[in-house]
Amino acid sequence: MLASMLQRFGRLLLLALVFAAGAWTYSTGFIDEFMWHWPDVQYLTMQHIWLTAMSGSLAIAVGIPLGIVLSRPGMAKVAESIMQVLNVGTTIPTLAVLALSMSFLGIGTVPAVFGLFVATLLPITRNTFTGLAGISPALLEAAAGIGMSPMQRLFRVELPNALYVIFAGIRTALTINVGTVPLAFLIGAGGLGELIFTGIDLFDPAMMLAGAIPTAMLAIAVDASIALIAFLVVPRGVNPNRA
Amino acid sequence: MIRLENLTKIFETQKGSVVAADHITMEVPSGEICILLGPSGCGKTTTLKMINRIVPPTSGKVFIEGEDTSGMQTQDLRRNIGYVIQQIGLFPNMTIEENITAVPRLLGWDAKRYRERARELMDVIAMDPNLFLNRYPSELSGGQQQRIGVARALAADPPVMLMDEPFGAIDPINRAVIQDEFLKMQQALKKTILFVSHDIDEAIKMGDRIAIFRDGRLVQLSEPDDLLAAPKDDFVESFLGDDRALKRLNLVRVGDIVSSEIGTVKPGDTLATALERMDDHGYQLSILMVNDRNEPVGMIPRSVASFTRGYCRDHFQPLPGTIHVRDNLRKATSLMFAEDTTWLPCIDDDGRICGQITQRAMTRHLGARFRAAERAVTEPATGA
Repeated sequence: MLASMLQRFGRLLLLALVFAAGAWTYSTGFIDEFMWHWPDVQYLTMQHIWLTAMSGSLAIAVGIPLGIVLSRPGMAKVAESIMQVLNVGTTIPTLAVLALSMSFLGIGTVPAVFGLFVATLLPITRNTFTGLAGISPALLEAAAGIGMSPMQRLFRVELPNALYVIFAGIRTALTINVGTVPLAFLIGAGGLGELIFTGIDLFDPAMMLAGAIPTAMLAIAVDASIALIAFLVVPRGVNPNRA
Repeated sequence: MIRLENLTKIFETQKGSVVAADHITMEVPSGEICILLGPSGCGKTTTLKMINRIVPPTSGKVFIEGEDTSGMQTQDLRRNIGYVIQQIGLFPNMTIEENITAVPRLLGWDAKRYRERARELMDVIAMDPNLFLNRYPSELSGGQQQRIGVARALAADPPVMLMDEPFGAIDPINRAVIQDEFLKMQQALKKTILFVSHDIDEAIKMGDRIAIFRDGRLVQLSEPDDLLAAPKDDFVESFLGDDRALKRLNLVRVGDIVSSEIGTVKPGDTLATALERMDDHGYQLSILMVNDRNEPVGMIPRSVASFTRGYCRDHFQPLPGTIHVRDNLRKATSLMFAEDTTWLPCIDDDGRICGQITQRAMTRHLGARFRAAERAVTEPATGA
């Protein structure tokens, strides 16, 4: 009783605070300034999404098959060392990766997509690999014992059971990706970084926030939509969210 | 029928070659359960897994229904062999129905046929199809999961089944239930089954034959009663345990040693008649009283009959117990010990008296097999 009253009170307080913040920002003229950048925000958001989509889908297209290949029994000896190389790869800051890829591929979209791809690849490959490696040997023996071919085993048993972990990897990777795209502006690929970095340089907080806020919202949206896809795609029996 | 011919597995390890199975030659006749029994590392599981090539054999041959399997594709071979493992290995991503129909779907049955088959199999394992078919393995108990594991192995109706300690991970109470269910099922299905176990009691209960393994070799292959009566060497004897004579109690039915000769009195007889009849039959302690339908109702102790006059119906005492002819000797012994008696009346399906069983008859029966076995060992048959 008391708890539900407190909850109601808390909700009202939150609404009041949001309203007050809105009123305050409006009174300082911030919203007008922000809206002045709206056409830029629209254009750059599309560019931002495009960079994420390109580099992200490339990373998925390469990362998952790579993880699968590394998890095959024949690869057991080299798999760990390849994973180590990839691990070392992620310790290199993304900015450095972008700078390096710029020195090979010049400026513009291509080096940016490549740099983002490299940064996104590891979580996807690693989770695919760990997800597949974590499948119990008993399950594999049962699948083999009832007469599944290696391909049938992979697609009917291994991948469905590793899917939850694989999706977790994709979710992390793409969320990081969205947050990293602003750096791509520095090598001339555009995106919402253009507003952020220019805003910083011009001491124009409204401009900076016009880039930062959509970036944050995009990251949340990507995270939520991948969570939704995972919820729908991962089979119910191995989906902790649908038990 | 399964026949193994010189089946051998040699593992190459860093410390050199290890012979896990050494020229195993044996045969399991159609419709029988053969238990592969032995301590861990004795090669029983390796031998089992060479049959469906989970462990590829180093040399030797496997025949199923008389056909050499070495020419068969591994996947075709496996789809024709039911396989049940201790860890069960149900696919967590599939519903119970999808798990059960995994092999039929691999074999390309149409949906209507394998759906029907799934419902049929749920009836066989006594689980409600409407309740369980759409559930996932994680929603079932261990015992239920292993029933599904057995159903999955039976799905395409393979003639042969391999079971690797299938009930080993189930708690003792459920294990006994599931063993009984499985035996009942086997009576109807008549599969040829190779069954790995390390539990001697399970082996005696489930096996038509028992194969004892040690250090990769098949030491003895016998029917359970022969095995217990005549272990081939000291290893088998110690593996079977000091109480192997007691274990045989499970295997012998009361009906096998019941003596139909039993003196009884009716409620209308006098106590003098009872005493006379006790003397006639040489009963020291008491005599059984039956009613007109020949059902045992009580007994007259000698002490009562000697010092009292009257009719049996007024002086009988309750019976310590009765035993059914199809019960095993273990139950009979337990009852005798509990009631401090040396004999029990035996009844048939209608509850009528059909004889008696005495401790003397039991020990004589068990001892006779041991003596026969010892003679066979110490005095090998001579002649043509």
